[in-house]
Amino acid sequence: MTGLPRIIASVIGGVVIAGAAAGFAVTWRPAIAAIELPAAASFDPALVKRGRELAAIGNCNDCHTVRGGKSFAGGLPVPTPFGTIYSSNITPDAETGIGRWSEEAFRRAMRSGVNRDGQHLYPTFPYDHFTNVSDQDDAALYAFLMTRPPVNAPARANELSFPLDQRFVIAGWKLLFLRHGTFEPDSSKSAEWNRGAYLVEGLAHCGACHTPRNGLGAERPNAQFAGGDVDNWHAYAINANSAAPIPWDADALYGYLRQGWQPDHGTARGPMAEVVSNLSSVNESDVRAIATYMASVFGAPTPDRKNQGAEVLAQVKAPAKPASADAAAVQPVEINAAGAAIYAAACATCHETGRALPYGGVNLRLSTALSSPDPRNAVNIILSGIRPVEGERSPIMPGFAATMNDDQIVSLLQYLRSQFSNQPPWISVETAVAEARRTQTVFLQTSPGPHNAPADATQRDKP
Amino acid sequence: MITLKVNGHEHQVESDPDTPLLYVLRDEIKLNAAKFGCGLGQCGACTVIVDGKAVLSCVTPVLLLDGKQVTTLEGLGTIEAPAPIQRAFMEEQAAQCGYCIAGMMMRAQALLQRNSKPTDEQIRAELEPNLCRCGTHMRILRAVHRAARLMDTADASSTIQGSAQ
Repeated sequence: MTGLPRIIASVIGGVVIAGAAAGFAVTWRPAIAAIELPAAASFDPALVKRGRELAAIGNCNDCHTVRGGKSFAGGLPVPTPFGTIYSSNITPDAETGIGRWSEEAFRRAMRSGVNRDGQHLYPTFPYDHFTNVSDQDDAALYAFLMTRPPVNAPARANELSFPLDQRFVIAGWKLLFLRHGTFEPDSSKSAEWNRGAYLVEGLAHCGACHTPRNGLGAERPNAQFAGGDVDNWHAYAINANSAAPIPWDADALYGYLRQGWQPDHGTARGPMAEVVSNLSSVNESDVRAIATYMASVFGAPTPDRKNQGAEVLAQVKAPAKPASADAAAVQPVEINAAGAAIYAAACATCHETGRALPYGGVNLRLSTALSSPDPRNAVNIILSGIRPVEGERSPIMPGFAATMNDDQIVSLLQYLRSQFSNQPPWISVETAVAEARRTQTVFLQTSPGPHNAPADATQRDKP
Repeated sequence: MITLKVNGHEHQVESDPDTPLLYVLRDEIKLNAAKFGCGLGQCGACTVIVDGKAVLSCVTPVLLLDGKQVTTLEGLGTIEAPAPIQRAFMEEQAAQCGYCIAGMMMRAQALLQRNSKPTDEQIRAELEPNLCRCGTHMRILRAVHRAARLMDTADASSTIQGSAQ
């Protein structure tokens, strides 16, 4: 056992003892009586429809559906530093799903992370955010889920070691980290801002990926939205620390969240592709509200950042120089010469045509992946590319996993970083590449569908 | 100069290292099975196999391929002795205009080399990057299943011969 897990284990041990001392009352939760599955017709169709949109905002299908599996039937392995936790079946199946859950039981799970039997749920289910969801919205989500086709799919056993496999431990975690009512409306702000804040801090649980976590797996409140990890992707900082070359504003965020790509920032991919895919199907005003609130979280850019952004945009709009000439002139270092040659031959043909998104490759000066402190997103995208969305106007990129070896990808990344960002070289790119190649295989086997960022529904059927 | 191994033969490539493999295959080595479709890695007509994996040759500069094994459709079989995948596509009459078919066969071949009995679902997922505009998808699907059976039979017969000796 190395240092960190040992410290974690001893802290957990402490929590266990504290929990035991605090007594039964802290951990014990009563079961809520089972009900007969309510008939689908007993739910108001308008409520079900609202629930569908809310479930999309909550991105529920992303974790509760495995690739090629039935919607909401669970079973997705969620890797955590503590072991693998499998998502649960939230279809209304009586035996293996939530078919016997009353609305009260559902609301308790959302609010406090306790299942109908009274067992504590692991916080991979982000009830630290869902606790902010209103009773009306819980009712709509419940109506939506209880009217889905029931799927008999028993839960898979989590792979956790002692004592984390003991659910009473979670009660200790909740004592430390679960705060109810973390969202309070701010009357000095607009209704739209407040709506956005309610969604972002609650159901949309943006911080679950974008906020870094502490040693016990809880979001660090003093680093909210400072960037986190998910499935070997880096969830970018979406506050003042944002690495985006062009500062985000509400309009850009709206476009990105709604259509999955934005001309000055590029394309949503990895886990974020699922999120924007869901957001393309919900009420426009809710996406607008999320964008408005998040723009205020990013904050107005400093004059320096604004100027840098304007410079980058000017460079991008300047007539393109041939990439190879550029590369030869600027890059005397041998490793970058190799990277420059790969860029000129394999990347520039799309990324330097000046053709607008979504059909042209984004000009890499605009790429957050290359300006980010973490190289993993750039590595992932080089390896697996971007798959197009069926029937939509959407970006596409071939992956290069089969043609570029690790050394070639490392050279390319170092070249891209030096050429298209004003940041210092990445350290340990080699490890990132090797690790991405390893986890990519696992991820592709388990992640839900080959979906990617959708185009705006209003653009459907347009050329 | 880059040395390219294509269908078992070594070639000293005279084109610039940043030339896409597709151009080198067609213009320099005169292997015309792989087709130019979009030139952007978006249609799959140029698919060949590199070290066992399906690769889009139009976006693969030869500088990435030093020492790697490239297989094109010409490397699988001949008109006189077509490979199982080629026989299967003919027997199912899976080509209409035929422009996509070389790429389809190469990607299907790569799939069958690592999964000898793919399901419908797996074939569809695998061939998703390859476009066919004539609409022979159902025949292509049947052809890949047929190729799997042909390869299976071929393997079985060689095993029988092997054990008989």
